[in-house]
Amino acid sequence: MDITVNILMTIATAATPLLIAAIGELVVERSGVLNLGVEGMMVMGTIGGFGAAYLTGNPWIGLFAGIALGAIFSLLFAVMTLSLATNQVATGLSLTILGLGLSGMMGTNFVGLPGERLPNLYIPVLTDIPVIGRLLFGQDPIFYMSIVLVIAVAWFLFRTRTGLTLRSIGDSHTSAHALGIQVIRYRYLAVVFGGACAGLAGAHLSLVYTPQWVENMTAGRGWIALALVVFASWRPLRVLAGAYIFGAVWIGQLHAQAFGIPVPSQFLSSLPYLATIVVLVLISRNKRLTMMNTPASLGQPFVPDR
Amino acid sequence: MRLELVKRPQRSMLFSMLSPFIAFALTVIAGALMFAFLGVNPATALFTYFISPITEVWQIHELAIKAAPLILIAVGLSVCYRANIWNIGAEGQFVIGAIAGSIIPVLYPEMQGPFVLPMMLLMGMVGGALYAGIPAFLKARFGTNEILTSLMLVYVAQLFLDWMVRGPWRDPKGFNFPQTVQFNSSAVLPEIMPMSGRANWGFLFALIAAVLIWFMMSRMLKGFEVRVLGSSPRAGRFAGFSLNRMVFFAFMVSGALAGLAGISEVSGAIGQLQPSISPGYGFTAIIVAFLGRLNPLGIVAAGLVLGLTYLGGEAAQSVLGISDKVARVFQGMLLFFVLGCDTLIHYRIRLVGLGAPKPQVAAKLEEAR
Amino acid sequence: MKKLLIALAATAATLSFAATVQAQEKLKACWVYVGPIGDFGYSYQHDQGRLAVEKQFGDKVETAYLENVAEGPDAERAFERLARQGCKIIFGTSFGFMDAEVKVAAKFPDIKFEHATGYKMGDNLGIYNARFYEGRYVIGQIAAKQSKAGVAGYIVSFPIPEVVMGINAFMLGAQSVNPDFKVKIVWVNSWFDPGKEADAAKALFDQGADIIVQHTDSTAPLQVAQERGLHGFGQASDMITFAPKSQYTAIVDDWGPYYIERIGEVLAGTWKPEDRWEGIKEGAVLMAPYTNLPDDVAAAAKETEAKIAGGWNPFTGPVAKQDGSEWLKDGEVADDKTLLGMNFYVKGVDDKLPQ
Repeated sequence: MDITVNILMTIATAATPLLIAAIGELVVERSGVLNLGVEGMMVMGTIGGFGAAYLTGNPWIGLFAGIALGAIFSLLFAVMTLSLATNQVATGLSLTILGLGLSGMMGTNFVGLPGERLPNLYIPVLTDIPVIGRLLFGQDPIFYMSIVLVIAVAWFLFRTRTGLTLRSIGDSHTSAHALGIQVIRYRYLAVVFGGACAGLAGAHLSLVYTPQWVENMTAGRGWIALALVVFASWRPLRVLAGAYIFGAVWIGQLHAQAFGIPVPSQFLSSLPYLATIVVLVLISRNKRLTMMNTPASLGQPFVPDR
Repeated sequence: MRLELVKRPQRSMLFSMLSPFIAFALTVIAGALMFAFLGVNPATALFTYFISPITEVWQIHELAIKAAPLILIAVGLSVCYRANIWNIGAEGQFVIGAIAGSIIPVLYPEMQGPFVLPMMLLMGMVGGALYAGIPAFLKARFGTNEILTSLMLVYVAQLFLDWMVRGPWRDPKGFNFPQTVQFNSSAVLPEIMPMSGRANWGFLFALIAAVLIWFMMSRMLKGFEVRVLGSSPRAGRFAGFSLNRMVFFAFMVSGALAGLAGISEVSGAIGQLQPSISPGYGFTAIIVAFLGRLNPLGIVAAGLVLGLTYLGGEAAQSVLGISDKVARVFQGMLLFFVLGCDTLIHYRIRLVGLGAPKPQVAAKLEEAR
Repeated sequence: MKKLLIALAATAATLSFAATVQAQEKLKACWVYVGPIGDFGYSYQHDQGRLAVEKQFGDKVETAYLENVAEGPDAERAFERLARQGCKIIFGTSFGFMDAEVKVAAKFPDIKFEHATGYKMGDNLGIYNARFYEGRYVIGQIAAKQSKAGVAGYIVSFPIPEVVMGINAFMLGAQSVNPDFKVKIVWVNSWFDPGKEADAAKALFDQGADIIVQHTDSTAPLQVAQERGLHGFGQASDMITFAPKSQYTAIVDDWGPYYIERIGEVLAGTWKPEDRWEGIKEGAVLMAPYTNLPDDVAAAAKETEAKIAGGWNPFTGPVAKQDGSEWLKDGEVADDKTLLGMNFYVKGVDDKLPQ
């Protein structure tokens, strides 16, 4: 039983950063903006989280620094794409290049230093319940934040007026504008929220997943988060499911190897990606459902006419 | 105070021409500040970055080598993006093109002669096109989002290459290191001017592709079809164009060009297959496509500029000890300025005060004096 | 007054000395790294070697490097650039640079080239590597003595001879203590991905291993061991600060002495292309201090280390291949050529080598 719990905990740790970054990007895309710079914002979160935690000795401060750095960095994208109406795809990709460089510059002196780990939750009695105790009450704090985030975003998007407004902007910014909605202001907030989430996801990497800092430590996780959003057809709960499916396949292939299953490791490594494609095809066969969820003005710049 | 964009009635020819120069000027200023802040002489740094790479013949050859795959891929992508089809997986098509094109030199090294190279290039193009056909098929048949599938297929292609060169295609005489045999001479893409440097025909392919695609997009019905379907699928349908067929067309054109870039790179610059054959050309080419404003001829210029920033970054690193990270940041800055300045082509920028703060500020300043 | 005079004389002496040194032309030594120097692993250790050179030779040598150079066409340009910028000796530190370096070396016969972990030599191209497998034999013995489960987890990057050699040496060391010792192997297909390495370590621990060995570069697996209260070995650098309670020892790549020696030879004009493959004996492979170990185990490890330094090769027969067929007869020592191209497991490794 213990091994099952351990495996589930490992999957949760692997899925959490993907989930957080993806849920942030989901809000951004729901507002009609495509920010491909998740990897760059996330890597800024890793250095923000590690650096602040190391300098202050307090990982909680690191956590907030990671969020803040991600958010500030995303502002750059917001100014470019929203105020200057630049192409979102190219700007997002440039943001990633800039983020990888900038984080490397900032982190030169942090290489080779052990970090402060954000401690796992421990509630006497509750955490000690066999099996479910650790799963429910013994995870790291960011895990709980990720679950709260998913529920909050789902509630916000589909149960609140502001959420409805945000979605309507994503579906048609021109009609939203005609109704007197401040399109650009909403999008600014959405982009910064996405940046904060990516920053938090990065901080998870350098404060929980592997408490240390090294260059490019996101190793492509930002791209996977982006894929998850589309995979989930822009539904928060499906992002949750997707992140955990991806995490399970990812961890599962490592376990399969340790068991000695004689399949080339490159094939096992490519399983998560192939699985994503297969699931995606299955989902998208229901065309009407996908069309309904896709923000219609995704990626198109908006400039109010006057 | 905030920025406000006012759309110009038509694109400004003046700023089309001027914007790259404004962007360059801004980059130079910002870069000078950054280098000064880091304690490096800004003039030396900027000279090393932008001028020194194009002052020597061998470096110009290197620039052509670096820019060729970027241009080739970006030109193909421009067709996709004009049609509003989002192929993000050129990197994977590049890899598969390289593998498909290497079948002859790896499996049949005894085949030699003038027909080998054209066959390889053709097979590379077919390989890339077929691999790009997968997301196209999934989109056309099931409506699956192509951004995601094409991106996922990049990872699959890279792992497949890794498996090939470590397994079935490994050079039996290579001490079990992961690489194929060296291609024999008739399978190597010739150099353009072997006397002065190692730039190969790949660069010529890039130029030819750019001109051909430019001609197609601006002078042929097919180009019109691409643009109509891209800007308004409904209007395209009324005109009798098929969106599904366009999905296949755009994906396969860009896949073929990415595949051609892959096999040209392998047979020209590397000479054998290795686990890693691309430092992210497929992704960088996306930036190149947009920097070139999705215009094939603009892409040629954009590819050269971006290639220059890579070379300049290396020069700065090795001559001045400026770290690779700083070079990356500088490159990012340049991209931001170029993208930002292109806004001027379509829009006028006005600074708008909130309420009426300006007179107040002025008054305060007066008081302060 | 006397003191002042001495001080003045000393200052004058240093000044004139500095002047003569400046008058000499500095030797430029250059490096090409495959990863970022901030990886705290392979490229980091090479850069530490470069810094050791700067420290040793002071004003006589200046250094330059290019980091994050992708294997492929970028590599050839990197070498050509350094060659044209006045570097007198250039070290390429990754196997994947081999053919690029061979080409550039042929173009610049007056410049000296050295290539790590490859096998192609030339008139001005030497090769160098370190016998890391010697260290792996030592940690194999420690693992077998310390493991309660009798199972180690082994995280590996790519199936190249260097890595396979390491697994085999580790197993031979372990079997010399416990013939039934088992190893579970996970290939992560990356030299450096802290997250994935941590996941692999967790998977291996979950499946019953209680000691972790890695042939990847990040410190993440050791951090996982520390969290779980289990143990492991550092790779490339001494990683004790990341796992003070968990690291038994680490196999440290110490390139400094080699670089200093070779650059000294260039300065003296005695450099020749060589095939150098050095190990514990020459100080190219260092074992980090033995910690968290009982005294007798640490003592035994030091003994093995001394034995290897004395010239004994861990690949000494009798050794059988994985399928049971004989590889080395009793007393037979493996030749370097076989080792450098190793693509088979020894008996007892329970894994299928990716082919």
